[in-house]
Amino acid sequence: MAESITLQIQRYRPEEEEEPVWQSFEVPRHDEWMVLDGLNYIKDNLDGSLSYRWACRMGVCGSCGMLVNGEPVLTCATYLSELGGGRGPVRIEPLTGFPVIRDLVGDIGDFITKLQRIKPWIIRQEDKPLSQGEYLQTPEELALYQQYSMCINCMLCYSACPIYALEPDFIGPAVIALAQRYNLDPRDEGSEERGDVLSQHAGIWACTFVGECSAVCPKHVDPAGAIQRYKVTATAEWFKSVLLPWGKR
Amino acid sequence: MRPKRSREPFFWAMFSGGGMLAALFLPALVLVLWFAPPSYPELVGKVDHSLVKLALFGLIMLSLFHWGHRFRYTLYDGLQLSHLYGLIATICYGGATALTFLAGYLLWTFP
Repeated sequence: MAESITLQIQRYRPEEEEEPVWQSFEVPRHDEWMVLDGLNYIKDNLDGSLSYRWACRMGVCGSCGMLVNGEPVLTCATYLSELGGGRGPVRIEPLTGFPVIRDLVGDIGDFITKLQRIKPWIIRQEDKPLSQGEYLQTPEELALYQQYSMCINCMLCYSACPIYALEPDFIGPAVIALAQRYNLDPRDEGSEERGDVLSQHAGIWACTFVGECSAVCPKHVDPAGAIQRYKVTATAEWFKSVLLPWGKR
Repeated sequence: MRPKRSREPFFWAMFSGGGMLAALFLPALVLVLWFAPPSYPELVGKVDHSLVKLALFGLIMLSLFHWGHRFRYTLYDGLQLSHLYGLIATICYGGATALTFLAGYLLWTFP
């Protein structure tokens, strides 16, 4: 038998226990195994009742985010052998900030509701007919927003954000980065509609630039930078609306 | 109806302006005053000019509002006192305003 490593997993089975409890499992230790491989080993061989989300196992779907040794990470992109000197134990918990439904599965409804509020799609006042062809972009125009388009909605940034923990109304890092993904897209004409949501206190202004969102982002989106950039935009708009109240906002 | 817009942009502009100016000029001032301190009459001669006074006033005012804004959020989030929203905002921005007036008075009557 190969070497083994201990995974301490937070379990919550509402029909069995009122509070989450810890359960330890021994899984084989392979250099090439990710944390998710360890969880799948448990599910397949030790306890089929263990609940967690995953799909693509290659850092694209954004569903396997968990707290591993206290850090929000994608479990499909975190080597077991790199945690705690490779000897474990490795502690696995659901992402903080989301009410736990079962074991490692959180309720992400709050994030989805907030995401819809900023209308994360290209808004046009008038769509040009198909016969006129596609909307062409230069590489420079693409570069304006490409970074923000890499977001996979994994919600690690929400788990890392101390403001989201304190102020549940805060619309949060990924949603603001995604709003900027469309605001900065030259094909989009919806920045004013999004501005009404973003410019409130629970929008960008709750952020105090802690920067943890960008530190944990597995796709290097830099939501903290997106928020600071939008603060500059919103401040310019605010001064315009105060100093030139007769002009169009 | 449009949702109410936050007044935060004004204070954030003061905060970020203050942070920028303080980061740029305060180390330079400290460096000069520490390593090549002018004599008092020299200093008076340099400061006693309305443009210098205006620049100092702007630097002091924005630095104070930078402090006020930062300290306000330190109290809200760090000490988790956000239920005292109005009181804290009044103390922080009120303090920055009062000290700005004091700085203005001192500069106006200088030397």
